[in-house]
Amino acid sequence: MTYTVVASGICKTFGDQVVLDHVDLAVETGSVLALLGPNGAGKTTMVRILATLVRPDAGTAMIAGHDLRSDPIGVKRSISLTGQHAAVDEVLTGQENLEMMAQLLHLPRRAVQARTAELLAEFDLVDARSRRVGTYSGGMKRRLDLAISMIEKPPLVFLDEPTTGLDPRSREQLWSTVRRIVDDGVTVLLTTQYLEEADQLADMIVMLDGGQVVARGNPDELKASLGAEVVRLQFADDFSFEGALSCLEATHADHRLRTIEVATEGSAAEVLEMLTRLGEAGAPAVKVSTHRPSLDDVFLSLTGAGGPIRNESKEMAR
Amino acid sequence: MSLTYTVTDSRVMIKRCIRRSLRDSEAFFTALLLPIVLMLLFVYVFGGALNTGGAYVDYVVPGLIVLCAGFGAGTTAVAVATDMSNGIVDRFRSMPIKGSSILLGHIVASLARNIVATTLVIGVGLAIGWRPTASVLEWFAAAAMIVLFALALSWLAAAVGLLARSAEAANSFTIVLMFIPYISTAFVPAHTMPAVLRGFAEHQPFTPIVETMRGLWMGHTSTGAAVGHVAWIAVAHCLAILAASSVAAAWLFRHRTAT
Repeated sequence: MTYTVVASGICKTFGDQVVLDHVDLAVETGSVLALLGPNGAGKTTMVRILATLVRPDAGTAMIAGHDLRSDPIGVKRSISLTGQHAAVDEVLTGQENLEMMAQLLHLPRRAVQARTAELLAEFDLVDARSRRVGTYSGGMKRRLDLAISMIEKPPLVFLDEPTTGLDPRSREQLWSTVRRIVDDGVTVLLTTQYLEEADQLADMIVMLDGGQVVARGNPDELKASLGAEVVRLQFADDFSFEGALSCLEATHADHRLRTIEVATEGSAAEVLEMLTRLGEAGAPAVKVSTHRPSLDDVFLSLTGAGGPIRNESKEMAR
Repeated sequence: MSLTYTVTDSRVMIKRCIRRSLRDSEAFFTALLLPIVLMLLFVYVFGGALNTGGAYVDYVVPGLIVLCAGFGAGTTAVAVATDMSNGIVDRFRSMPIKGSSILLGHIVASLARNIVATTLVIGVGLAIGWRPTASVLEWFAAAAMIVLFALALSWLAAAVGLLARSAEAANSFTIVLMFIPYISTAFVPAHTMPAVLRGFAEHQPFTPIVETMRGLWMGHTSTGAAVGHVAWIAVAHCLAILAASSVAAAWLFRHRTAT
């Protein structure tokens, strides 16, 4: 098994804030790894470190066979980075953007023209090629961004929150674009705060929270770690809700809706036992439902009640 | 091999920045209109009341050139600040290209804008009766002075743009640079000012630069100093600004984008 990225013990502190705390990461060649976590978890910093834009305080990394510290130029030649904001020139047209980047990658003059035409077609931008990028929709900008990343088809592509702010249709379109890139043999390291996105694209998921890895595995393993079924119980009033909270091991609780979620094996006996216990404790449930655990459940159980919107201020401060 | 790459990178970046300035139609027209409007304003509105010992247009052309350069520097600072806040610089930096070529693109575009504005000032001046007495050699010397000055100011603007972090902050730099020339010999001779201002006016960098151009074109400076003497002071000022700004800009570029 070969790995395109092997990072170990990556640490980074901004001021007195620990952003990354000994993060280890390995991305198998030809696979997609998703760094999943709430805002401020350190995902973007991790990507920027691996892309040579930020120096880590400690830790080592090999990217496509190049040492991050001793051979940053070699790393730069092997990667392409697509950030949270499309890194395109909005004043230039789509075609001019591609040509400019191809020239900066030192493609021969004729190859610049040919590759630009190819990519415009491949990323469905032919009709918009002569329009300024400032007039493009969010989805078009990301596609152009990805097209630029693919000029030289680097061994490794970083996608930092590639679909943030896109409408559902553009998101689906972008996902299929990413899958095509992967089919071409490119290794992808993507960050996302959307669990569905990780579920859709990733072979391997690393969950980050507060700068530390809280879980890793493939999507199925992560879901299975919560048990076979999640039982959701709803309560009639705050009193029974609080009572139930104290006698059950909840993976997630919602005070407003007065619901509690519990991971179970999914056996009828286990559910019956739980309901009986609640009845005896004077906190009967009024409604019961079960569903298969989603990545959301894993995520919420690991990162605490606030979920993905917690820590927003951290990200802003950075 | 790496030298040809550096040349290619720089050429691409220069093309990019010049395209950007041509397509920013609002700023482009302001930059073209400003020299013309200022020239007419100073010569026909203020000029009649100002006694500089001859036709005012003969006095004011160098002043308008530095004023327009000040405005141009503001444009450059904003362009650099805008660029740095854009994800595209991250992309450039994650590519195997020389970081300096990115700044060079801005500098050359800035220089080009300055030359266009200066040519306009000179053209309009000649059209409304400016009659320099300079020889061809003196014209070349004046042109060299302008290019050196514009280069120094462009690097200063790039450094300010890198420091500013936002286009709005960078823009305030324009105000400062458009104000400083007024307290120099650009528009009125220093001896008409109160003592405190006169001291500043006589020793700030704009004065020897303006006087060098004036001396070369009209044969005499407004301060009475010899052209050769003020020219060396002007060149020294420009080189000092150039050296300090380019070092600062290179340092800021490395550190601003590194976090």
